[in-house]
Amino acid sequence: MREWWKSGSPWIWLNGGAVTISMVMVFGLIALILVRGFGAFWPHPVFETTYELPGTEPVVVVGELRRSETLTGAAMRDAGVPIPEDQLIVTRHLVKLGNRDVTGRDFAYFIDDFMDEWRYPKNMAVLERREWGDFYGIPLRLLERGTTVAVGDELWDEFQGRVRRVNDLWDEIRGIERGAIGRINFQLERVRLDERRAQLRGTLTDEMRAEFEQRRQALQEQYRELEQRLNQLYEQLGRDSIVMRAADGSEVTLRVADVVKAWQPNNMSVPAKVWFYVQDFFDFIFGYPREANTEGGIFPAIFGTVVMVLVMSIIVTPFGILAAIYLREYAKQGPLLKTVRISVYNLAGVPSIVFGVFGLGFFVYFMGGAIDRTFYPEALPSPTFGTPGLFWASLTLALLTLPVVIVSTEEGLARIPSTIREGSLALGATKGETLWKVVVPLATPAMMTGLILAIARAAGEVAPLMLVGVVKLAPTLPIDGNFPFIHLERKIMHLGFHIYDVGFQSPHAEAAEQLVYATALILVLLILVLNLSAITIRNHLREKYRAESD
Amino acid sequence: MSQTNPAAPAMHASLFEGNARKVRFLSDEEIAITVENLDLFYGESQALKQITMEIPAKRVTAFIGPSGCGKSTLLRCFNRMNDLVDACRIEGAINLHGENIYRRGTDVAELRRRVGMVFQKPNPFPKTIYENVAYGLRLQGVKNKRVLDEVVERSIKAVGLWDEVKDRLQSNAFGLSGGQQQRLVIARAIAIEPEVILLDEPTSALDPISTAKIEELIEELKETYTILIVTHNMQQAARVSDYTAYMYLGELIEYADTMHLFTNPSQKATEDYITGRYG
Repeated sequence: MREWWKSGSPWIWLNGGAVTISMVMVFGLIALILVRGFGAFWPHPVFETTYELPGTEPVVVVGELRRSETLTGAAMRDAGVPIPEDQLIVTRHLVKLGNRDVTGRDFAYFIDDFMDEWRYPKNMAVLERREWGDFYGIPLRLLERGTTVAVGDELWDEFQGRVRRVNDLWDEIRGIERGAIGRINFQLERVRLDERRAQLRGTLTDEMRAEFEQRRQALQEQYRELEQRLNQLYEQLGRDSIVMRAADGSEVTLRVADVVKAWQPNNMSVPAKVWFYVQDFFDFIFGYPREANTEGGIFPAIFGTVVMVLVMSIIVTPFGILAAIYLREYAKQGPLLKTVRISVYNLAGVPSIVFGVFGLGFFVYFMGGAIDRTFYPEALPSPTFGTPGLFWASLTLALLTLPVVIVSTEEGLARIPSTIREGSLALGATKGETLWKVVVPLATPAMMTGLILAIARAAGEVAPLMLVGVVKLAPTLPIDGNFPFIHLERKIMHLGFHIYDVGFQSPHAEAAEQLVYATALILVLLILVLNLSAITIRNHLREKYRAESD
Repeated sequence: MSQTNPAAPAMHASLFEGNARKVRFLSDEEIAITVENLDLFYGESQALKQITMEIPAKRVTAFIGPSGCGKSTLLRCFNRMNDLVDACRIEGAINLHGENIYRRGTDVAELRRRVGMVFQKPNPFPKTIYENVAYGLRLQGVKNKRVLDEVVERSIKAVGLWDEVKDRLQSNAFGLSGGQQQRLVIARAIAIEPEVILLDEPTSALDPISTAKIEELIEELKETYTILIVTHNMQQAARVSDYTAYMYLGELIEYADTMHLFTNPSQKATEDYITGRYG
């Protein structure tokens, strides 16, 4: 045993063990997110059974199994469930029942022992709706303006065709609402601001007033035309409906217009399921959220995160690099510089929420307020930059990640061999010329490393963003077709905040669980993509400036 | 004094066999640089003590001596490279063609254009071969492509590298071998047509074949340039230089014609060093 201690093996085991535990934790985390995140889109089978709790009427249960748990009989008996005294183990299932509008609860636990055999009816259908979540039931009749047009075998295909039709109609409606009407509103607002600006300057003449009025009239004319078109479309939406039999046997009539998509999971082959899965995943990434973010896609959140990180990179990179060059190359080494450097390094340790508070107080209210008073007096009292928004969120994150960029750049500059600097100086270059023509290009890979770390940190940050520009639901994207195309003052959605919002602020916690994992997965993938692109650029630079000493 | 050990000078005389030439005297030479009472301090410690010497134009002057004797420090005085060291203080004067380079108001960048330098380790820039050589000219604001092409070609030809790199002028200079890199660095230095070239142990990081090439090159370059070389290798000093200065502990011990210094040193310390009895 003493020999074993002396041989050094315990150290190897200790170190190896530490690595193993770290690996298990990291891969466990990633595996959990991957499995739960990707699993959210798979069309699970829907079963039907009867459930008879002793002493109550039997009920028909239709739903999707979400998860099963094993509990002790005693615990269940304490909770008031009539389990026989001698039974030690009880299995209970969490079932997604859907039909929130009919039954009022869309998730419930059922004890395995009181359930009848599970049946999987082929024609059991799931309808994803624009409101009230999913509906489970058996389709009976398809109606067009109240008259039956399809029953039995041909019903389902006919129904799918009509779902596609309403989706096309919805796309057109959304297009008009988001695009054309959005543009008209934007221009109307601009007319109002132009008029107000002229009024504030005292240059508003009757002639101008007439012109503004004319522009406004023209826009309102356009608006009325679009409104008419919208009314037509809404009218067409209401044409079809479908009658479904719910779990309790009642017949429910649903507007086809409310159905996003419909599928019969018990009647799908594996390739069909895979295809459905791919489409569902696609819809999740490129769709807009519905129902307080608990349904639909997360496109605005992805878009907001990417735009915010990019704007942050544009701010932090030059700023951090210039600061690092000054600290390393120009500043006189001494106690003052040491203090400055320690302060910068310690900035990285300040809790991020503190940056958020600072951003809100200084950037948003102080700087934003000043900008509004100077450049946007016509919009007051409603603030333009004096309210949380994309620019302030990016600026706060830039401040948060500044130390990382400075530290990496400084390390990169310190690594450049002094012989290369001397070589340039010996040719009659000044310090500045040496720096910009030789030293800085060589240090670019290190700067990219700093940027990579900054992106990873910024994309995952949530706490400060809640204060300076990220909201639960942003009505518009920060980039659109209206001049000046990128709207730095707009509020944005963000994946990290979306996870928090869906997971912990949602009225339907059970329904949101899968979305939380899926959103987390997308966030991880997004950071991965951002980092990989930065790493690719860095490797390219490294190759370009490959020095012997590397 | 040199008579105490007749065997040693005889041994070094063999270095000059087949290369018999007359002993040169500084008084016959055109003088390019004069050093007057140069003292150099790093903080409190003195690294160079009262150096006074004259360096002839279009000759190779070698500086030898044990590590830490101050020969590299002295070399770096000629293009004011020591300015980069914070605690370095210099007294005395170095006159380049009669003008003190330590005079107030000297344009150091301009001085370094007149006094080129090549370092111990090849230090090409992370740029193409072409851009490495054109660097100095670009600094001077030369943009004319034809002028640049011409100078680059002439400089690379002058260091005998043209045939090896003419097909890959646009590839990275780091792709060259150590010896090629060092010759490229010399080409970079002569591209801006300096008057003086300082070589700080230019072959200590190179293999024997590359070393031989560099030595041949030095032989050719002295037709045009005043060359100062610091070397650890006494055979090299004997082979390439016309004059040799032996330094020890910051002092210039002996400075004379190379052949004379190696075969008939006037100082005991010099003799001990060149016969290997130093230390």
